[in-house]
Amino acid sequence: MNVTGNGDQPTLSVQNLETHFFTKEGVAKAVDNVSFDVDKGEIMGLVGESGSGKSVTGFSIIGLVDPPGEVVGGKVLFKGEDIAGWDDEAMQRLRGNRIAMIFQDPMMTLNPVLRVDTQMIETILAHDKSVSKDDARQRSRDALGQVGIPSPDERLKAYPHQFSGGMRQRCAIAIALLNKPDLIIADEPTTALDVTIQGQILYEAQKLCRETGTALIWITHDLAVVAGLADKISVMYAGRIVEQGDLDDVLDHAVHPYTRGLLGSVPGHNTRGQRLYQIPGMTPSLVKLPAGCAFKERCPNADEACGAEPQITQPVVDRNVRCFHPQMQEAAE
Amino acid sequence: MTVFIIRRLMQSVLVVFVMSFLVFGGVNLVGDPVEMMVSDEADQEERERVIKSMGLDKPWYVQYGLFVTNAVQGDLGKSFVYGEQALGIIVHRMPATFELALAALLMAVVIGIPLGVFAGLRPEARTSKVIMTGSILGFSLPTFWVGLMFIMIFAVMLGWLPSTGRGETVPLMGISVSFLTMDGLAHLLLPAVNLALFKISLVIRLARAGTREIVHQDYIKFARAKGLTTQRVIMVHLMKNIMIPVVTVLGLEFGGLIAFSVVTETVFAWPGMGKLIIDSIQGLDRPVIVAYLMIIVMVFVVINLLVDVLYSILDPRVRLQDVKG
Amino acid sequence: MNTVAEHVAPVAGLPEAEIKVETPFRRFAAAFLDSKVATVALVVLGILIFMAVFASLISPTNPYDLAKVSIMDSKMPPGSASLDGMTFWLGTDGAGRDLVSAMIYGLRISLGVGVMSGIVAMAIGASVGLIAAYFGGRTENFIMRIVDIQLSFPSILVALILLAVLGKGVDKIIIALIIVQWAYYARTVRGSALVERNKEYIEAATCLAIGHKRILFRHLLPNCLPPLIVVGTIQTAHAISLEATLSFLGVGLPVSEPSLGLLISNGFDYMLSGKYWISFFPGVALLVTIVSINLVGDQLRDVLNPRLER
Repeated sequence: MNVTGNGDQPTLSVQNLETHFFTKEGVAKAVDNVSFDVDKGEIMGLVGESGSGKSVTGFSIIGLVDPPGEVVGGKVLFKGEDIAGWDDEAMQRLRGNRIAMIFQDPMMTLNPVLRVDTQMIETILAHDKSVSKDDARQRSRDALGQVGIPSPDERLKAYPHQFSGGMRQRCAIAIALLNKPDLIIADEPTTALDVTIQGQILYEAQKLCRETGTALIWITHDLAVVAGLADKISVMYAGRIVEQGDLDDVLDHAVHPYTRGLLGSVPGHNTRGQRLYQIPGMTPSLVKLPAGCAFKERCPNADEACGAEPQITQPVVDRNVRCFHPQMQEAAE
Repeated sequence: MTVFIIRRLMQSVLVVFVMSFLVFGGVNLVGDPVEMMVSDEADQEERERVIKSMGLDKPWYVQYGLFVTNAVQGDLGKSFVYGEQALGIIVHRMPATFELALAALLMAVVIGIPLGVFAGLRPEARTSKVIMTGSILGFSLPTFWVGLMFIMIFAVMLGWLPSTGRGETVPLMGISVSFLTMDGLAHLLLPAVNLALFKISLVIRLARAGTREIVHQDYIKFARAKGLTTQRVIMVHLMKNIMIPVVTVLGLEFGGLIAFSVVTETVFAWPGMGKLIIDSIQGLDRPVIVAYLMIIVMVFVVINLLVDVLYSILDPRVRLQDVKG
Repeated sequence: MNTVAEHVAPVAGLPEAEIKVETPFRRFAAAFLDSKVATVALVVLGILIFMAVFASLISPTNPYDLAKVSIMDSKMPPGSASLDGMTFWLGTDGAGRDLVSAMIYGLRISLGVGVMSGIVAMAIGASVGLIAAYFGGRTENFIMRIVDIQLSFPSILVALILLAVLGKGVDKIIIALIIVQWAYYARTVRGSALVERNKEYIEAATCLAIGHKRILFRHLLPNCLPPLIVVGTIQTAHAISLEATLSFLGVGLPVSEPSLGLLISNGFDYMLSGKYWISFFPGVALLVTIVSINLVGDQLRDVLNPRLER
């Protein structure tokens, strides 16, 4: 699916990705037949609640799924090449270089006993041994400036715990940008930050992608974050993609009952004094998924048809939905 | 940082004083020192003379005061057995003990850390399970028995290494050391390994536990996400974090090494402080006992101080927090 | 929900169960027996304790019966026969005693001293730790300061100092061992009591105006048991090892009641002339005892500590 309409191959094309966790209690299909494309300069929001498999999808792409998890099927085409089966050494050359990742909690992302400059310089030197230490230091300094950190020279010599949360995350972003990657996977990068900082970072992220053509996957549980940022959106539930499409289209006319439930529960949609809508029930455990549609226990429209597993259909142009009863009408208020 | 050091120094001095009081009280007030000095037939006059000459007729606080004043000047009394200054005797034998302890410490670090980190990185591997079971054996086996077995196997049965004593010594900066000679090394090997065994096991378990905790931390995953080689992730990111608890414990355990050398020195007839103290306890040589205890206390206090300082150097979070506070 | 009744069971640290017939103890037992090594160790330990308790019934001879011991039999290698037809399976020691018998009695003494001092030290240490954690403030600081200072010195040193002061004798050794060990228990119990103290059920109990002593012993203590049990096993092994070491060094138990340590020490002189068995076999017995206790303690720790479940 190529939403931006240009003819280049997408930077990233995930096809039927399967990542399973083999635990004592059973097999959890954390990523179950997930497919999406991200083009150059495009921002895709990967949305879902905790346990939906969105973070694991991110880790599967970059090859950092740890046992008992394993990528067991599908393809990850990065610039046309399938990297899903690559071994660790080959992936090391891509990571931090052509594909970068930003984690959620800036507190623990940076090694507390190493200086910031060490952690930045090593990222550069890991991928280009010909760079001199001074040049690497200069580039690090510039990167810090680029993300809006004041007095970068002093900051370089500091330790992570001397930074505030927002600054630490900017630092992590700076590290991700050091080698000018083609793809950035951001796993809930602003969840741990306060709203004003979040807004700034979102704005800068968008600007960056437009300017440099970097593709960005923004993983989050917060629809509001995605709303102002992404070009397209994929909604995940219980390891599966349930709805996918252009961002504005989906937000205006969501078709899957889960997406509608999510949108309905965003404050601001309700008139004052009304109870906030809540999707009834709880996310099922991935090890004990019900047969058929994973959402049927919580869905107001479920019937016997939902006992079979729904496949992806396209009820509307450029929209993927996994549901037997896509809701085509306007959402009730 | 300086404030920190000064504060710790003052605490240390306090501890030394308290310990000196306890040592003095314990050794001098419990048990009758006169009995040890005179033969059974001595009459009252003889006893009085001894009591006076040792100052035992004075009240205890005066005795303590004398003790402290003398101690500060380096006079901790004369050994009953050797007739010389107790302090001097101990200091003379210190290098041997320290040499042994340092050799054991070195082994613990060089052998223990790599094994522990390996076991932590691959907990399911068979080698790891062997290492862990070995470590349990290591700290279960009573040191003295292992020493005996070493002597039996390597010295008596195989004849590879000498069984007792210290080897040839060579002066190094005024102290006589034996590890610089081949003979010295041959004599040093068995006792050092014996002493180190317990510590190696400890370090292995520490390193393994630390590794298992650290390996799951976000910053390790982030380091991998940056594309750093596995080697760098382990040797730099992991190691630096592991060193903190390991060094702390090792530092504190160094004091234990010195104390435990008592056993190894007895088994291998190594001429250090340890053997001296055992002989002194059995021979009721009070001044030497007191002097030994005081020295040990000093050594411990210094070690604790050094470890605290080292800890704050290794962990920037501690160091910089102290500056603010 | 932390109800008081639930926590009287010793292994309260386990997760809530669905309504099955499994009791917490059965689950604990199953988890413990999961490790073959630990199970073997437990069995071995059981055998050793049995032997120690019924020493007089099991031992082939009574090694302290001077009438039966003859110097003619001394230093005989394993497997040799005595003058009256008895086989010395493991040889004899320097005084002519059958080594097997000496070892069994020695085991009894080693285990007895170790366990007894351990139990008393546990009682004292646990009480002190509980009091420190419960009352907090200056009391706690003072107590923990003492504990820390004592723990910063290695146990063997503390033992040596105590023995230098107290002199020789079985009771002195036991006292020394108790003093060496109590601090570990105090620190462990205080640590877990601190965590428990802040939990709601203690608050609830305090609101009900239940007396301090009752809160301490019936509510707080049972929840601190898991780490205490683990420390207990490991410390007991340590105490046994320490006593053996002290006896070996000659400052431990007197010659009239030889523990395994003293037996080993007696054999030391004969080793260089090749009569290894006098030191070797008691050493093996000591070793097996300590290792089994440690293995059991290790498995206990893994089972009782949920945090390590990775």
